Amino acid sequence: MLIAVILTLAAGTYGFRVAGVLLRDRLDLPEWARLLLPVAAAALLAALAATAAITEAGRFAGWARPVGVLVGLLLAWRRAPFLLVVVGAAVTAAVLRLLGVP
Amino acid sequence: MRTVQRTADAGVLRDVLALGAAMVAVGASFGAVAVAAGIPVWATLTMSAVLYAGGAQFMAVGLVAAGSPLAAVLAGLLLNARHLPFGLALGNSLGPRLGHRLLGSHLLTDEATAFTLAQPDGVARRRAFWLAGTLLFVAWNAGTLVGVLAGGAVGDPAALGLDAAFPAGLIALLLPSLRDRDTRHAALGGAALAVVATPLLPAGLPVLLALAGPALIALRRRRTPTGGAGPTTVPAAGESATC
Repeated sequence: MLIAVILTLAAGTYGFRVAGVLLRDRLDLPEWARLLLPVAAAALLAALAATAAITEAGRFAGWARPVGVLVGLLLAWRRAPFLLVVVGAAVTAAVLRLLGVP
Repeated sequence: MRTVQRTADAGVLRDVLALGAAMVAVGASFGAVAVAAGIPVWATLTMSAVLYAGGAQFMAVGLVAAGSPLAAVLAGLLLNARHLPFGLALGNSLGPRLGHRLLGSHLLTDEATAFTLAQPDGVARRRAFWLAGTLLFVAWNAGTLVGVLAGGAVGDPAALGLDAAFPAGLIALLLPSLRDRDTRHAALGGAALAVVATPLLPAGLPVLLALAGPALIALRRRRTPTGGAGPTTVPAAGESATC
């Protein structure tokens, strides 16, 4: 049972991944569609980052995480090195939780 | 040119290692959580190697432990449907050969996509994909192994603030491409739509709603005759990201 779940999920996920990569290769996309694909990917990644920053299992994740991400965003905006962005966000969230903020 | 390329590679490597370290820790917590939920060690390790999708793995373990294997499959597939548009957007960044595309597809994750699209089109983008794809895959699987071996001794990733590290990293990679007006509007609109929809829709769907932004831009552009007013070209995401 468990192995069936894992293999089905793995096959389906690989299917999504490889379908995008191979379709892009086969389809002769019009210029406007080709130019919009990176925009679509950026929109998806932004939506993913926003939901991961604010929500947890469909509900508000608490304040520590979004505040941490906000600190990371400010650091990135001020052109801080990537490592500082990631560590700054994590440390902020961790310190807030240490102080009792959920 | 050589030196420029090497410097760029070193920069990408440094950034990937930063996110990779966080990935080892989250992978370790996945390994520990899965084993604690009663998933056998071999199944936990297999999941990280053949499924290789963090969110879907946590979700599947939770739903299987709750006795709903069918829900685990459906929810996991819904959550991973976003990889199809990612593959479309990456285009030929995996390499010209079919073998590269078939193997590279397995390494396609949110983070690898973000690292790749943050590089200028061409050789730099392809190298970024393989560097990020390979290192993040190794980090995730090494982390899982550590978690399985350490069991309950692995700390909670939330206590370390790692749950804030990943969204912050994605945003940092995305930021340069937001200088383009259309991309910025689509990204902000999509993010807002996804957050609002999250309490209402099953996991996976809210993120896919973000495609509405680019779809609207496409419609608008098709209606305006070519050569008319308004922007007709969209710079590739991260075109100006050189740092």
